[in-house]
Amino acid sequence: MKHLLSINDLDVDAMRMIFDTAAEMHDVQHREVKKLPALRGRTVINLFFEDSTRTRSSFEIAGKWLSADTINITGKGSSTSKGESLRDTVLTVCAMGVDALVMRHHASGSAQQVSEWVDAVVINAGDGTHEHPTQALLDAYALELKLGSLEGRRIAIVGDLTHSRVFRSNVLALTKLGADVTVVAPPTLMPSGIDAWAKASGFSTSYDLDEVLPGADAVMMLRVQRERMNGAFFPTAREYTVRYGLTRDRLATLKPDTPILHPGPMNRGLEIAADAADAAQSLVLDQVSAGVAVRMSVLYHLLAGEETA
Amino acid sequence: MPAPTQPGDDATPEGHIVLDARDISRALTRISHEILERNKGPEDLVLLGLHTRGVPLARRIAERIESVEGTPIAVGSLDVTMYRDDLRSHPTRGPQKTVVPAGGIDGRTVVLVDDVLFSGRTIRSALDAVNDLGRPSTVRLAVLVDRGHRELPIRADHVGKNLPSARSERVSVRLDEIDGHDEVRISQIGAKP
Repeated sequence: MKHLLSINDLDVDAMRMIFDTAAEMHDVQHREVKKLPALRGRTVINLFFEDSTRTRSSFEIAGKWLSADTINITGKGSSTSKGESLRDTVLTVCAMGVDALVMRHHASGSAQQVSEWVDAVVINAGDGTHEHPTQALLDAYALELKLGSLEGRRIAIVGDLTHSRVFRSNVLALTKLGADVTVVAPPTLMPSGIDAWAKASGFSTSYDLDEVLPGADAVMMLRVQRERMNGAFFPTAREYTVRYGLTRDRLATLKPDTPILHPGPMNRGLEIAADAADAAQSLVLDQVSAGVAVRMSVLYHLLAGEETA
Repeated sequence: MPAPTQPGDDATPEGHIVLDARDISRALTRISHEILERNKGPEDLVLLGLHTRGVPLARRIAERIESVEGTPIAVGSLDVTMYRDDLRSHPTRGPQKTVVPAGGIDGRTVVLVDDVLFSGRTIRSALDAVNDLGRPSTVRLAVLVDRGHRELPIRADHVGKNLPSARSERVSVRLDEIDGHDEVRISQIGAKP
């Protein structure tokens, strides 16, 4: 594995290896000296053409704790805003002698495209509505810490599926790990052609959240991505909340220890009520802390060893 | 770095045995007494076993010290993968568990325990790893076998057996906890059974 562009780049053994290493990295997170020398002298560039708080800072911390030099470049304030093409930007950055590019871009498939242009290791930190593999890895890792093996566990993924790369990567990762995944969305936010995919990969779809919730062993709420919506996908925000939000009433139908996940940033009061986001069973902050450990593990496995051709 | 001693290597035993189970047991008993003597008792002693085979060795030494002194000895394990100087020349390996005993290592006497001392590079990595975990008052080194060929100015304080060897030879340590039996064997690298 040279790049991490999609969960499809990983088999179950590779995911297991990433989780095992992440567990060790998690211990380092709680040490006084949070530093390992494994990536000393290597340079990681975070190239973010879309806004991000947790993914970018988590990759930056992960790189720093492994002693890599990490640099952030964002779309705003870079030469992109002067009209430079993506290809020229990445070739320029790589000409400085970069070992890894962590990339987020609004175009689906951009990470794959960039990996064909450059010699550096490319890690996809979100490409359009396609994939966000490290998010899925950290979600699965955080869930395993709570639930143990995910084999046969019923996991509901709820919300704006059409615009969600988190959902796409998560379905791939969770089904590989043997989970029984049901995705829930209003018909307008259910991606077209999902039935064929669901059939091939062995997950289910539903339009009815109240039918799915009581049987769920974990619930993952997705953000309603208003910035990607250029049409009317639901009549009002209020109606979305009533039908598909994890409200206080729905929270009460969950078992008290059923983990609630949300990749952030949350629209409190829209897809998730404050009571659910702040509930004892909410893993939202565990996901963030797992994110650093998992990204350390990914950087280590992609960058520390001998170069693969 | 000691020659690889993977379980399963011994499907076709070769070379000859230099230490059998009784020899290993006697060597560990002597090392345990030496550690106690050197430390003037069991106070503030922390044994850190280096993965893979240093971990059971550290436990065995701790058991011996406990049976002599009647007080529990802090035992932990140390993984040095992230600190190796040859990371770039191998495919990546996942790190194993580093366990620091309760009470930490600050101000205490840490005894690193490993199976074979060879180039000294593993111990160099271990010293760096210990440095990130805390500040012991003293760090010492106990090994079951010292086979020579040091590449760094590193020596062991407690040695089970000095085993002069050629670089072309392989020293394999087998331990009951990992391999199902105890022995130290020396063989020619590439020798066919």
